[in-house]
Amino acid sequence: MNYRCCYKIIRKTIFSSFPKLLLFIFLILNGNSAVQAQSNDDCLMCHSDNTLTGKKNGKTISVFVNSKELKTSVHSDVQCVDCHVDLAGSDFPHKKNVAPAQCGSCHGNSQTDYSEGIHGKRIAKGDPLAPRCQTCHGSHDIKNVKDPQSAVAPIKIPFLCGSCHREGAPVQVQRKIPENHILENYSESLHGVALLQKGLAVAPNCASCHSPHKILPPTDAQSTIARQNIAKTCTKCHAEIEIVHRKIIQGKLWEKTPHVLPVCIDCHPPHKIQKVLYEQSVANQDCLNCHGRTNLKSADGRSMFVDVVRLQNSIHSQVSCSQCHNTVNPSLLRPCTGITSKVDCSICHAQEGEQYSESIHGQLFAKKDSNAPTCVECHGSHYVLANTNPVSPTFHTNIPTLCAKCHRDGEPAAVRYTGTEHDIIHNYVESIHGKGLLKSGLTVTATCTDCHTAHRELPHSDPTSSVNRNNIASTCGRCHYGIEKQLENSVHSPLITKTDKKLPVCNDCHTAHKISRTDAAGFRLEIMQICGNCHQKYAESYFDTYHGQVSRLGYAKTAKCWDCHGAHDILPVENPASHLSFQNKVQTCKKCHEGATRQFAGYFTHATHHEPVKYPIMFWTFWGMTGLLVGTFFIAGVHTLLWLPRSIQYRKELKKKLSNEDEDLE
Amino acid sequence: MEESKSIDMQKEEKIVEEEKTIELHTIKKEKLQFQRFTRLNRVLHILMIVSFISLALTGMTLKFSYTGWAVFLSHLFGGFESAGYIHRFFAVVMVSVFLTHLFDLFKMKMREKKTWKGLIFSKDSIMFNRNDVKDIIGTLKWFLGMGERPQYDRWTYWEKFDYFAVFWGIFVIGSTGLTLWFPETMTSILPGWFINVATIIHSDEALLATGFIFTIHFFNTHLRPEKFPMDIVIFSGRTSLEEYKIDRPAEYKKLVESGELEKYLVEPYPTIVIRAIKVFGWIALSLGFSIIVWIIYAMIFAYR
Repeated sequence: MNYRCCYKIIRKTIFSSFPKLLLFIFLILNGNSAVQAQSNDDCLMCHSDNTLTGKKNGKTISVFVNSKELKTSVHSDVQCVDCHVDLAGSDFPHKKNVAPAQCGSCHGNSQTDYSEGIHGKRIAKGDPLAPRCQTCHGSHDIKNVKDPQSAVAPIKIPFLCGSCHREGAPVQVQRKIPENHILENYSESLHGVALLQKGLAVAPNCASCHSPHKILPPTDAQSTIARQNIAKTCTKCHAEIEIVHRKIIQGKLWEKTPHVLPVCIDCHPPHKIQKVLYEQSVANQDCLNCHGRTNLKSADGRSMFVDVVRLQNSIHSQVSCSQCHNTVNPSLLRPCTGITSKVDCSICHAQEGEQYSESIHGQLFAKKDSNAPTCVECHGSHYVLANTNPVSPTFHTNIPTLCAKCHRDGEPAAVRYTGTEHDIIHNYVESIHGKGLLKSGLTVTATCTDCHTAHRELPHSDPTSSVNRNNIASTCGRCHYGIEKQLENSVHSPLITKTDKKLPVCNDCHTAHKISRTDAAGFRLEIMQICGNCHQKYAESYFDTYHGQVSRLGYAKTAKCWDCHGAHDILPVENPASHLSFQNKVQTCKKCHEGATRQFAGYFTHATHHEPVKYPIMFWTFWGMTGLLVGTFFIAGVHTLLWLPRSIQYRKELKKKLSNEDEDLE
Repeated sequence: MEESKSIDMQKEEKIVEEEKTIELHTIKKEKLQFQRFTRLNRVLHILMIVSFISLALTGMTLKFSYTGWAVFLSHLFGGFESAGYIHRFFAVVMVSVFLTHLFDLFKMKMREKKTWKGLIFSKDSIMFNRNDVKDIIGTLKWFLGMGERPQYDRWTYWEKFDYFAVFWGIFVIGSTGLTLWFPETMTSILPGWFINVATIIHSDEALLATGFIFTIHFFNTHLRPEKFPMDIVIFSGRTSLEEYKIDRPAEYKKLVESGELEKYLVEPYPTIVIRAIKVFGWIALSLGFSIIVWIIYAMIFAYR
């Protein structure tokens, strides 16, 4: 029995390692003298009693060994003392404090891996939650790993690991584990489904990625799941993945960390690996095999050449062809035959896409109107540049030129437009905004998109349009915030004046596209007309005064409406804050007339001699003067008319007399 | 304008004597002319014409600011401010003409050692007198074919009217003009609305003045058929003796009777001077008529 045992051990150890063989030889040589090996039966004499108990660390534990299980276990041929080496040769009853079974005496490599792994290290530190060999493998009942009954059979591993790493388990709660819902996520993942639902034993389980014994956190450089080792770990199964995986997914990683290459888990989160998340794709290089040729033409003669250099200079340099042309099908012989529709930019630019579809451009496009611009009309296609790039057509100063392509007089958009705004581009260029943008090069100056929005342009008739009457003030107020606030508190504000009549908004006075400097002669002279659109009577009477007469001659210097009334902060005269209130009136006059007094301010700035009730003095003065004038001309006119025929007659007589006298003199 | 013959006599006696001598010795055949106006009066009238037309043109750019002509003229004058300066400059010129004339009257009073009353109500004074009533009635009868042309004396009643119209105009337009020139100062005494009133008075009185001068006065002096197209006596100061005899028979008769006629006989101006006078006259007349056309256009066709 002893020799048979020895033989078995020899056979086993020959296949393990040379140092162990040496140890065994040493044991045999010393066998007869010091070490007397006990048989399993010796041990089981006592340990087959299922009531047998022992004490460990002060606790009473069962020391029963199920001999039936032991015999069917992978260790059926192993002697008890082979594992419980400290009991070898000891007399019965053996010592109380038995050392743990030494798995490493046979499983040296696994033991080393274990000790270097996080579990082993935690044990060494005395962590009570850390697992030992038997925590996973069991003790006397260890089955072959290929035996489905084994505690570490692949299909059982997730639950084995999950017993500690499931949500709410002490390890997950008390130790720093970076991942959550590990077991749930895994069981729903592609890998988990394959293993647990489809029964594919080759599907990766926990140990496949984390390794069975040398489990290390991802922060450890040696870890199988460390960033630099991930690809290697995954390619153990996905060996050819790098060849079929030359695609760049969503371009997002480059935005976050531009210089770091992505690893598998950047896209496929650990434990949550899903197939359905990602489109099948092809690599840019595959596309450029054909589209890099300058002479490539479509069936209808369009050039299909894509300039890779320009492409790389574009804002989409990090975006792959297939991300936009997303209907490519790599399983087809020619993947691009899958492309049947135009690129939908809203795949990535969802918000812009939504705004566009709401805009008049988008509405026309939906109606299949041939004039409707799509993304590419403004942004270009392959060589899209950021709007911060001065060469880009969407750069601030280039926008008027861009919009002019359709909205210049004579162009499609201008032709179909039926509103009141004409010569829009020319007017804009000559406006204060246009001059600021194009002549002064101020990129903060309002351009088309600042008022009309970039993607959600709508006619002013649409209540949600940025240029709708009700929204104009807030649109202008985006830059002219202070003015908007002034207007809000003025007599022209719907918050202040409740009326059925139209209250003016910014463009009623400043126009939409011809907006000029308010201190320039042009605008100063137009304002009376503009105010007069609503305040007709006051505009007319203004022109009866010196201020108005000079204005009408075309001079900007004399007081215009807002010089006295204020521009955006117009208030009723009764309001003490008004420029023309009793308190402020003299001060307002003093802006031009330095010597103005209270009496001077009594001048009627809108006086007319047409209103006998309001201005009786002027009315009667005018009619008095008119009476004098008419009277004088009547008397003098009658006198002259009566004189005329008599004078003609007298002229004849005079000539006769003069010639007579001449004759007399001679 | 108003001037006493006696002053004329004293003042130009020597000149007349010299001229007579020259005439006797060199150009005996040349006809002598009767001098009606002194040099100062003629100069003042020319200044009056220049300032009056300038004031009318610059002022009307405001009054008729709604016409294209006003815009054109205003810019021609170099803008409303420049036009304003021109307007005020000629206002000063015109008031100076007026004051110079008053000073001239004062000098005459001193020379003739007369009281103001004596001066104003003298026989040859330009002041209205009883004779003018007779002349007006006589003239109306003549107009209606009920009598002969009256025997007008040194000043006819329409000349007297024109003369006193200037006094009225200087006072009314001048005072309101000052109000508009210095509104801040004026309103320290007057209420603010007086500026509005002053504007109406200034403007309408100016309209009356220009309208009257460029129609009635033009007709009375230049356009009436016997003088057509113009009477240059106000510039030359001279008129032919024959014409004078017919025009102002009463005065002529008196001068012949008193034997003072000789004192007023002067040699006529050379042709070149007469031509220059006529050019000036035509310019003044044209401007006057243009202004009338502009007024009629502005008030009837362009009024808004």
